[in-house]
Amino acid sequence: MAAPGSALASSSRRALRRFLDTASAPWGALTAPLQRQGAGVADVLTPVGARAASNQIVRARMKSVNNIKKITMAMKMVAASKLRTMQVKAENSRGMWQPFTALLGDAPSIKAEKKLIVVLSSDKGLCGGINSTSVKYTRTLFKLHKLEGEGKEVKMVLIGDKGKGQLQREYNKTFSQFFTETQKEGINFTQCAMISDEIVKNNKYDVLHMVFNKFESAVSFLPTVATIFSTDMFTTEEGLKVCKMDDYEMEGDDSQSDVMMNLAEFQMAAVLYNGMLENATSEMGARMSAMDNSTRNAGDVLARLTLSYNRSRQSAITTELIEIISGAAALEG
Amino acid sequence: MLARQGLRSSLRTWAAARPVLARGFAAEVENHQEAVVPEKFKEDWKKIAPNYDLPHFPSSYMAARPAVSSTMPTKLTVNFVLPHAFEMQAKEVDMVIVPATSGQMGVLPGHVPTIAELKPGLMSVHEGSDVKQYFVSSGFAFVHANSVADIIAIEAVPLDRLDPEEVRKGVQEYAQKVTNAKDDLERAEAQIGLEVHSALQAALGVSA
Repeated sequence: MAAPGSALASSSRRALRRFLDTASAPWGALTAPLQRQGAGVADVLTPVGARAASNQIVRARMKSVNNIKKITMAMKMVAASKLRTMQVKAENSRGMWQPFTALLGDAPSIKAEKKLIVVLSSDKGLCGGINSTSVKYTRTLFKLHKLEGEGKEVKMVLIGDKGKGQLQREYNKTFSQFFTETQKEGINFTQCAMISDEIVKNNKYDVLHMVFNKFESAVSFLPTVATIFSTDMFTTEEGLKVCKMDDYEMEGDDSQSDVMMNLAEFQMAAVLYNGMLENATSEMGARMSAMDNSTRNAGDVLARLTLSYNRSRQSAITTELIEIISGAAALEG
Repeated sequence: MLARQGLRSSLRTWAAARPVLARGFAAEVENHQEAVVPEKFKEDWKKIAPNYDLPHFPSSYMAARPAVSSTMPTKLTVNFVLPHAFEMQAKEVDMVIVPATSGQMGVLPGHVPTIAELKPGLMSVHEGSDVKQYFVSSGFAFVHANSVADIIAIEAVPLDRLDPEEVRKGVQEYAQKVTNAKDDLERAEAQIGLEVHSALQAALGVSA
């Protein structure tokens, strides 16, 4: 037993010496395998079982990352299924605003004294960058109108919590009205007609700009600015150049101004209905891709954590074995 | 990476499976044409926000309308839209009769440009010997110089879907509500209901 025992003893003694040489502190030997991995694991130093404690931390992190992954995957599937139904509704509503634009034209840069900006945004978060995009374009429109001269008035109507949250710090004084929870029972024309009625009743404006994200595809949302004139604007010189109302005969029992008022309000309701549907569809699409990215990232983090966890677990086992073997060899030898 | 590919391929197949809207005057364009925006707008925009692209405008999402023809057009192009559907898209017809507030108005090819407000009533679309009848709730009808008629209604049902029994009951119910109304709001609501149901009855009576 002498020859193999002594060989084992010498090699294990060399291993022991290697461990003892790595660090001066008595616990340096214990942390050395962890440092060599460089896996970013927390170096929690305790007298006994240092490796076990940090491994528990890693395990806890893995569990929470896995939960996040499951939640974001579920959110993505919910958004994908809602996107399908909303997209059909949004596409079918696109016919509503086109006759108005064909009749009344689209002149976003028309000169006017009072402008009203209606910002469509979502109520819930975790939907990518669409709300930030709407807010960006609203800010630029605001500055554009102020650029035209002093005394130009701009007011804002907010639809949706996220837009309000982002704009209220800077533009709190320009807020006129605020609508929320518009998607609770689904978006329908009656609701949009009521909202547009409130907006038209309570605000004096010449030109209204509506900022929303039009849905082009599940990965592409186009920020759009729709321009709607008020009834007064139809009769001004600037307005007539764009909408050419003089060329048309008014048919009907009501007076011409009544018909024009109904026309302006109907256009407002139609454009708002389409805008809200498009924005809601964009919200679903953006949420789907944001949650998909989150799921993938959570999977990557989980993979890295699993690797480092297994590495540290295996090196702990190896260290234990070497200690035991060298201890046994020391006793024999 | 595999997950990303999976998502992209699923999006592609799903996008292909969506129904493609017929191309026409009331539908979308594939390539968005540049909206007519004055140069000054673009310059001002660049001054304020050089890093942001210009926003899109709804006029670039529409197909271009046909130009006004010099000769008398033979057919009327009708776009009939509802909030929840494109009922008719760029349909070439001979005549349309719409229920304007001043009475039934007939629209033929080459009609004078008109804006008409609609009241609840019967609308019929004539194409050769084929007549389609709808009951429309209110809306608007635009007739343009290029012989295109846009009819926008909030609700429209083909006549064969209406039940005469229900209509009769509705007329009686709302007539009672008008007499029993306590304040102006109730009376106005009851009168609207009565008007719509009477129009329904008249429409059914005419065709039935």
